[in-house]
Amino acid sequence: MNNVLGIINLHEDEKLLKEITRHRPLAAVPFGGRFRLIDFVLSNMVNSGIHHVGIVAKSKYRALMDHLRSGKEWDLARKRNGLFMMPPPDHIHYSNSIYKGDLEHFHNHLDSIKKSQQHYVLIAGSHTICNLNYSDVFKFHVDNQADITIVYKQEESCPEKYFAMATVLKVDGENRVTDMEVKSDKAAGGNICMETFVIAKELLLQIIEDCVARGEFDFIKEGIIKNLHRYKIYGYRYDGYMAKINSIQAYYQANMSLLLPEVWTELFSKLGPIYTKVKDTPPANYREYARVQNSMIANGCIIDGTVENSILFRGVKVQKGAYIKNSIIMQKSEVGSGAMLENIICDKDVKITDGKRLVGDPNYVMVIEKGMVV
Amino acid sequence: MRRKECLAMILAGGQGSRLGVLTKSLAKPAVPFGGKYRLIDFTLSNCYNSGFDTVGVLTQYQPLELHSYIGIGSSWDLDRNDGGVYILPPFVQQNGGEWYKGTANAIWQNAGFIDQFRPTYLLVLSGDHIYKMDYSYMVDFHKQTEADATIAVLEVAWPEASRFGIMNTDKDNRIVEFEEKPSQPKNNLASMGVYVFNWEVLRWYLAEDERNKASAHDFGKNVIPLMLQSGRKMMAYAFDGYWKDVGTLESLWEANMDLLSDKPKLDLYTPDWPIYSVNLQAAPQLISPTAKLSRSMVSLGCFVLGEVENSVLFSGIYVGEGAFIKDSVILPGAKICAGAHVERAVVGQQAVIEAGSRIGDGNKREITVVAERITVPENSVIPGGTVVE
Repeated sequence: MNNVLGIINLHEDEKLLKEITRHRPLAAVPFGGRFRLIDFVLSNMVNSGIHHVGIVAKSKYRALMDHLRSGKEWDLARKRNGLFMMPPPDHIHYSNSIYKGDLEHFHNHLDSIKKSQQHYVLIAGSHTICNLNYSDVFKFHVDNQADITIVYKQEESCPEKYFAMATVLKVDGENRVTDMEVKSDKAAGGNICMETFVIAKELLLQIIEDCVARGEFDFIKEGIIKNLHRYKIYGYRYDGYMAKINSIQAYYQANMSLLLPEVWTELFSKLGPIYTKVKDTPPANYREYARVQNSMIANGCIIDGTVENSILFRGVKVQKGAYIKNSIIMQKSEVGSGAMLENIICDKDVKITDGKRLVGDPNYVMVIEKGMVV
Repeated sequence: MRRKECLAMILAGGQGSRLGVLTKSLAKPAVPFGGKYRLIDFTLSNCYNSGFDTVGVLTQYQPLELHSYIGIGSSWDLDRNDGGVYILPPFVQQNGGEWYKGTANAIWQNAGFIDQFRPTYLLVLSGDHIYKMDYSYMVDFHKQTEADATIAVLEVAWPEASRFGIMNTDKDNRIVEFEEKPSQPKNNLASMGVYVFNWEVLRWYLAEDERNKASAHDFGKNVIPLMLQSGRKMMAYAFDGYWKDVGTLESLWEANMDLLSDKPKLDLYTPDWPIYSVNLQAAPQLISPTAKLSRSMVSLGCFVLGEVENSVLFSGIYVGEGAFIKDSVILPGAKICAGAHVERAVVGQQAVIEAGSRIGDGNKREITVVAERITVPENSVIPGGTVVE
């Protein structure tokens, strides 16, 4: 995999996560107790042997930079290769909304892609959660002498069906992609595109230049779909656990699915660990009145209340008599004594004062914004 | 090298022989503690938090794991362009070289290393004590009192005083006499093994001690008494926080249990003085619907289906359904299978307690120990106070 350049394409629809992505890009959304969404794709790349990774950062990326820093935690702080950022060249484009699409962004960084020593490129987004060994995909790509390989998952094999806004594709008996559609709002019974592509670098450069020269700026729609019959495009079927974070409900469900031991084991240890920025938090502390069941608890939590079917991020404090059920509590939030939370997502640094009672609906969870005092 | 006003030297070569199986292939400073730490984390974190960025770590006994743990010191922010952490094992010299014969000799053998930094003060520390201490105040005290040496002291309970090196002081905290484990203690100020020296002065005494063939080349036994005899100004610096030298398995177990009290004297959860350690990359702990946890510390990567009470669980531990763990310390990667019962025990790294086994006894005073990588077969009974290795 030394011959593969990783590109994490953060041109993703961030509005779908509403309050949660108000201050941060989708890639930096906290997930699974101690991670950020980007940790999964980045760790998969590193665990698959990709050591040169560029991040196409679109907007609000301060939170992302703060998380990734030099890339040291992913072993990507290197003299040769390692992590590099591809920030937008000019913010004015955004405020005037004239940034036309990801290909324009790629085009602005054509030189960084060109000068990389790798001959292949693996492009992936951050909002698809899986533990995928890209070297299998790469081998498939080379064996089939494909021009482009797209990773997909059959929808019927997914435990949750929140793929309303996904890209779907059709493949024939030889795994050739015959049709592809973006964001069909029904998307029933299809093959869900995992926004993960393998492509030769030369071909990628050619597609970028061809499209941009014709005023086309969308990698999937114009770079791939328009070229479906021009290039040999193959579909690689992935059968492992996969979640797509494309709505608050999907985010909630995907977090909850981590409580299944088989998902927990597969996602966090099958291929290798999921790396993240480490914090020096002490172990979780269960106090005398703690009652914790079916939950995932991160280090640094101090729990003296009841926690059921929930996910507690690092450094959450749960006072005596508090009751948390079916909820996600992000880092450093505090739940006061006697407070009751059900079907709630608490963002970072939220304070729920003593005795407060907040109940969301399992089909429409309530989100408490970062830093709020309730 | 750029000059450093004060250099820290950590003595980390000890075996900790009374820790038995835990230190069979591990130096005492590398012994795990508190669910995610190793003993040396406290001294290294204290150094960093106190603002000392140049630290020598003297190693000798079973240093492999300790060396790889410390690495280049990045976990304690001690990977620096100028200074940082230096691992200093004994080395061969033109005349042959030798092992570190004692704590003082270990510093003496590294006089060349220390001289490179031209320090005024030398902070000498132990790598196996559990405490949070701001050394910068002690160095300030040393400067203000214009002492030649300052020794940190802790007030201990009178009945325990005869277990320590006791400092007899005058009203100005000047040390007038030092007694190693006195049977009739005149004072209850125990040495913590934390020293500040004027390097020039210490260097002279180390050379002097080196010439004395009868010497054990130890700070407490030889160098400190020698300096006192020749009338050097030596001050006692009083420390009043939590401090523990975990010499035995019992005291290691006890120190872990100390963390579980409602108001622990050593609070690891205060953000003002963080204790840094090498952080593992693993999933958060998964607590199943059948689990029950109270008064316990549990680290990441654990999967708990059973019951855990008043215990410390390190990372990556599996606790099977119906298993019961009480008053115990379970070291990283151990597996406690379904229905097993562990009480008043220390279970070593990667050890496996198979289903239905009973380890230890809550009614016995002695701690039961299962050494690392040992498998205790199904339905075994290990009586209280036993060491399985």
